[in-house]
Amino acid sequence: MSVTKDDVKKVARLSRIAVDEARLEELAGELNGILGWIEQLNEVDIEGVEPMTSVVETNLPMRDDVVSDGDKVDDILGNSPKAEDGFFVVPRSVE
Amino acid sequence: MSDLTKLTLAGALEGLADKTFSSRELTEAFISAIEAANPQLNAYVVQTPEKALEMADTSDARRANGGVGKLDGAPLGIKDLYCTKGVRTTACSSILGEFTPTYESTVTQNLWDEGAVMLGKLNMDEFAMGSSNETSTFGPVANPWRRNDGANATLTPGGSSGGSASAVAADLCLAATASDTGGSIRQPAAFTGTVGIKPTYGRASRYGIVAFASSLDQAGPIAKTVEDAAILLESMCSHDEKDSTSLPVETPNWRSELARPIKGMKIGIPKEYRLDGMPEEIEALWTKGTEWLKAQGAEIVDVSLPHTRYALPAYYIVAPAEASSNLARYDGMRYGARVSGDDLTATYEGTRASGFGAEVQRRLMIGTYVLSSGYYDAYYLRAQKVRTKILQDFQQVFNEVDALLTPATPSAAFAYGERSDDPVAMYLNDVFTVTANLAGLPGISVPAALDKQGLPLGLQVIGKALDEAACFRVAAAIEQAAGFVAKPERWW
Repeated sequence: MSVTKDDVKKVARLSRIAVDEARLEELAGELNGILGWIEQLNEVDIEGVEPMTSVVETNLPMRDDVVSDGDKVDDILGNSPKAEDGFFVVPRSVE
Repeated sequence: MSDLTKLTLAGALEGLADKTFSSRELTEAFISAIEAANPQLNAYVVQTPEKALEMADTSDARRANGGVGKLDGAPLGIKDLYCTKGVRTTACSSILGEFTPTYESTVTQNLWDEGAVMLGKLNMDEFAMGSSNETSTFGPVANPWRRNDGANATLTPGGSSGGSASAVAADLCLAATASDTGGSIRQPAAFTGTVGIKPTYGRASRYGIVAFASSLDQAGPIAKTVEDAAILLESMCSHDEKDSTSLPVETPNWRSELARPIKGMKIGIPKEYRLDGMPEEIEALWTKGTEWLKAQGAEIVDVSLPHTRYALPAYYIVAPAEASSNLARYDGMRYGARVSGDDLTATYEGTRASGFGAEVQRRLMIGTYVLSSGYYDAYYLRAQKVRTKILQDFQQVFNEVDALLTPATPSAAFAYGERSDDPVAMYLNDVFTVTANLAGLPGISVPAALDKQGLPLGLQVIGKALDEAACFRVAAAIEQAAGFVAKPERWW
């Protein structure tokens, strides 16, 4: 598998990172270098092996389904780039 | 009075208890030291002298009235990955702008509850992604150590916890918090002649620590001695309901383990950690470490961890994949710096292109690629299966041995730019440390010798899950046998 300029463009779009056309070639080279090195995993016999989901054997804890926190509008908006009347202000998303 | 900044954490706590000096005196000494050194070392990205003195005075008042905590009055540095209420926290990324948390991470709260004093926030690789501290938006950290060749090249303190390691090595704090996703505590500790431990996954809460790869991230300390690391780790760890992967277990008294002899312990030497082209000095140090342990009555056992060589490539699928998901939250809408574009997508893309550095962008794209439709099974699923094999390797050898001894890093500290052209060459820094993250095991790096160039080299001890005690015992035995007391010659 080799990553092309078009693949980089697609991945950049999926990652929501703007990439200049001029950098696509260079990035394709870098990604191919890393992915090529990763290919050695194909040597490992993984037949019948379960994928890891947790490193330490433990059950995820359950808690009561109750509100335990809240009423922190100022804290939540405290770092927003733009806020008004207790709301985040974001760019128009529906035309 | 002698220079208080040169004290160990244990020594300082004793001096405070004896009232030989006050927390204010101790804190003032560190504030002056940081002021003088930081322009050269760049270890701190935020200094909080006023807050530190206020905390010191409160501690002194507490001490006058009795009833002190385990760390009362001890000035510490905090890696910029930990959210600290009211103090800018950016994980050294531009995308977080001037983000100032309105809450405190559980680990740092535990430290303040024990009376510790915060000196400031420590530099690191952006989002903890790097092995040289060169990816920080605030510029790289200098290693206080230099080669003895007279060229005075600035060396990296390693990464991602480079600021923590440099600050501890240069006596700019008694000890520091750090974090380790693939080696980010142990590699910088090895590069700076300090001690660093990554505990078992789930020992320390991840709540309030900026997430990189959630199944691998774990908090831990960097300190001057094994004893200091034990003291700090005891206070950092706790069960926390705010982190669903936090283990409901008691934190042991590790400090009391240090004096326990290692006689009769079985120490495994994994043959796969002997790499082609590994510097002879590292190989020799590893042999020496083995002899030290043998001389103290440990039984040395040759073991095999056959999937070791697949750990790093598996890591470079799992970690970027988790990062691409975790870092999706940085979209410029709710916090951080927003770069407005023509439409919403352009705003997202512009914000993330200007806010993330090159290495973070590279990893996010790798992560997105390996998770994308059609590639998930070939990459991510396969990597998680390989991870199971790596864990099984460890489980098998731990039926036979109590702990493993390995080198901490494949080289001593290198100069800026020496590895940054080739991402894969940089990734190889973590070849000995990353296995413990993939398997969730505790690992400690302890300084053991200086190489021919006068730079520190470390050994690593890996223990069974939840058996940090074995790591501490063996590390203390190495520390004692090595008698490592070298300090960098002051040039800053």
